[in-house]
Amino acid sequence: MPLKAVILIGGPQKGTRFRPLSFEVPKPLFPVAGVPMVQHHIEACAKVPGLKEILLMGFYQPHEALSRFLAAAQQEFKIPIRYLQEYAALGTAGGIYHFRDQILAGGADAFFVLNADVCSEFPLQEMLDFRQQHGDTDSFVILGTTANRTQALNYGCIVANADTQEVQHYVEKPSTFVSEIINCGIYLFTPAIFQHIGQVFQRNQQELALCPYLGEESSNGWQRAEVIRLEQDVFTALAGSGKLYVYKTDGFWSQIKSAGSAIYASRLYLNQYSQSHPERLAQNKPGGPIIRGNVYIHPTASVDSTAVLGPNVSIGEGVTVGAGVRIRESIILHGASLHDHTCVLNTIVGWDSTIGRWARVEGTPSDPNPNDPYAKIDSETLFRDGRLTPSITILGCSVTIPAEVVILNSIVLPHKELSRSYKNQIIL
Amino acid sequence: ATCPRRWRPPCASRSSGSASASPCPTRRSRWAQRLSDSRRPGAVVAPGTPRRAQAAPGPRLGCPRPRGDTDSRAAGPLALARDLLAEGGEPFFVLNSDVICEFPFAALARFHRQHGGEGSIVVTRVEEPAKYGVVVSEPDSGRICRFVEKPRVFVSNKINAGLYIFSPGILQRIQLRPTSIEKEIFPAMAQDGQLYAMELQGFWMDIGQPKDFLTGMCMYLQALRAQHPEKLHSGPGVVGNVLVDPSAKIGANCVIGPNVTIGAGVVVEDGVRIKRCTVLQGARIRSHSWLESCIVGWSCSVGQWVRMENVTVLGEDVIVNDELYLNGANVLPHKSIAESVPEPRIIM
Repeated sequence: MPLKAVILIGGPQKGTRFRPLSFEVPKPLFPVAGVPMVQHHIEACAKVPGLKEILLMGFYQPHEALSRFLAAAQQEFKIPIRYLQEYAALGTAGGIYHFRDQILAGGADAFFVLNADVCSEFPLQEMLDFRQQHGDTDSFVILGTTANRTQALNYGCIVANADTQEVQHYVEKPSTFVSEIINCGIYLFTPAIFQHIGQVFQRNQQELALCPYLGEESSNGWQRAEVIRLEQDVFTALAGSGKLYVYKTDGFWSQIKSAGSAIYASRLYLNQYSQSHPERLAQNKPGGPIIRGNVYIHPTASVDSTAVLGPNVSIGEGVTVGAGVRIRESIILHGASLHDHTCVLNTIVGWDSTIGRWARVEGTPSDPNPNDPYAKIDSETLFRDGRLTPSITILGCSVTIPAEVVILNSIVLPHKELSRSYKNQIIL
Repeated sequence: ATCPRRWRPPCASRSSGSASASPCPTRRSRWAQRLSDSRRPGAVVAPGTPRRAQAAPGPRLGCPRPRGDTDSRAAGPLALARDLLAEGGEPFFVLNSDVICEFPFAALARFHRQHGGEGSIVVTRVEEPAKYGVVVSEPDSGRICRFVEKPRVFVSNKINAGLYIFSPGILQRIQLRPTSIEKEIFPAMAQDGQLYAMELQGFWMDIGQPKDFLTGMCMYLQALRAQHPEKLHSGPGVVGNVLVDPSAKIGANCVIGPNVTIGAGVVVEDGVRIKRCTVLQGARIRSHSWLESCIVGWSCSVGQWVRMENVTVLGEDVIVNDELYLNGANVLPHKSIAESVPEPRIIM
């Protein structure tokens, strides 16, 4: 049974909550637990028997970093991986509809669609098995997970038959409570999905023909007939038709919208590494740094033996970590340099940034409530009541932090050379 | 023990007079040492005498209430000690404990003997006299004409520095009741032509508040640099004026100073950066921490990678957990701090 996978990577206009980090690399390539965000998806797909090809789909211009990543991933996972560029942002269904021939080429019986900005265990085989078990192999499957009642409103909510798991009702980001089961942004489709998307396309065309200027007035970028959203346009219509099922997972899952959620997602993946990739986790050994909990250190990084790292730390390529440095709950991107005695907590340190000795760079974690097993990370708003919400600290690329200062809950834009302490500020 | 309210956190368990700016091993005050050094026969007495100071050999010491305290009752207790003070007919010193300067006791005693009046007070120049009560005196003799509280127009730039010497005759003026020496006794003495002002040379600082205490410490160390540079610490990793008790231990790769005093038995672990701080006896600063403008109380323990700044004051036996940030925290004794204090506040 030939299978394929489509990973929706979006484009430069998306991922704005990830700025200033998404200025430097496309967000899907941002390293989470030491490897590009989307590599976790690719690894999961490559494990599924019969999966023949992975298609990345988005509206980034051809990009050197992206091409290099794809070439390396093809080599490593021994599977064809291609990038399909949408001519414009076509929405979550518009892109796959546009490239339906590419997806079906080679006679795919079914294909996965994965959003790049989620982190998950990706129980893809389980989704296939689930479809097999409930008997209707032509049906579509949404991966669902449980959220708490308040946070569910921020997601696509699914009401399903308790016995069959057939989706009876689907609503995207409702304003009142609908269901605790939310859409994880990971789907299993058969080619029949294109008929349903096609119906939306036809309807859009007719509507546009009837009132051609309406689109311009609303000007939300949704005026084209080709722009189709899976969630609002397709799932809502499919609910109750007997075609759409939900497979509920208890495995870890989170969106990666803000930079703060990248640190949280790193923690989830690093936890998973103890099972899936123990070789990626740093160990305490003579002459090496002190490791507490799960830590990833790139083989080319130079870390002093008196540094204390972890839990949840990822150290990128060519990073230098000096004597007596403390790093916790942070991502240090390639080429950064942390001088002696610095303390880095809940921070993303941008590429080639430098932190002077005894400086303290600290953010406030935006972790989900640890006492609620179904809590998700809040995609926090930058400002609340006119004040910057305390969040993780982000240093853009090539930022210089002088010795002995404190940088607290701040976002520093690229190429800044700071000369003093900053707290709760965006440094432009 | 109830007087130095402004000094509450570090002194809730000790008298403020013992938070030494210099880490004097016996923990007698600076001026106590200074007095015994100068071998002056005069006794120094004041109300509320701390036990520790009374036990000190030689001159008797004491702390009147802090200068500038509005309800100052400093004079009454002098009357209580009348018999002790009058003994031998010698003049005696009276000092406020919350000021710091070079304590010119010998010069003050000489000045007092020369003019022969009942009392001498040390005055110091200030830039903005309107904030203080000023002393108006005759330029040549130093005889005090009057005191002006917060003058609106310039009359003088000299203020009472809180150091006095009196002949036992002053005791006749003091009744056994709460009496302000500055407000009730001095004006009468000035009127009688019995009070003289000696201008202080060198630095002077009211160290009644932690912020000012640190400033006073810096001044004291600077004066020490000029007069007894051999008492200051030097070596690798030592920057500027630093005073370290010989029993303190400082680890590798530390940078200490400028303007740091480290008390007896203090342990500073490796890779610590300290500037403009007083670290009192028995405290431990764990590795890679960074401290600026702090007072670390007796027997405190400051964890690894802690950052403390902006006049953070730790009372006695406070524990600060690893990796915390304390900004202007005022921590009462025997507290354990497990969370950062990003904005200045009092930790009860």
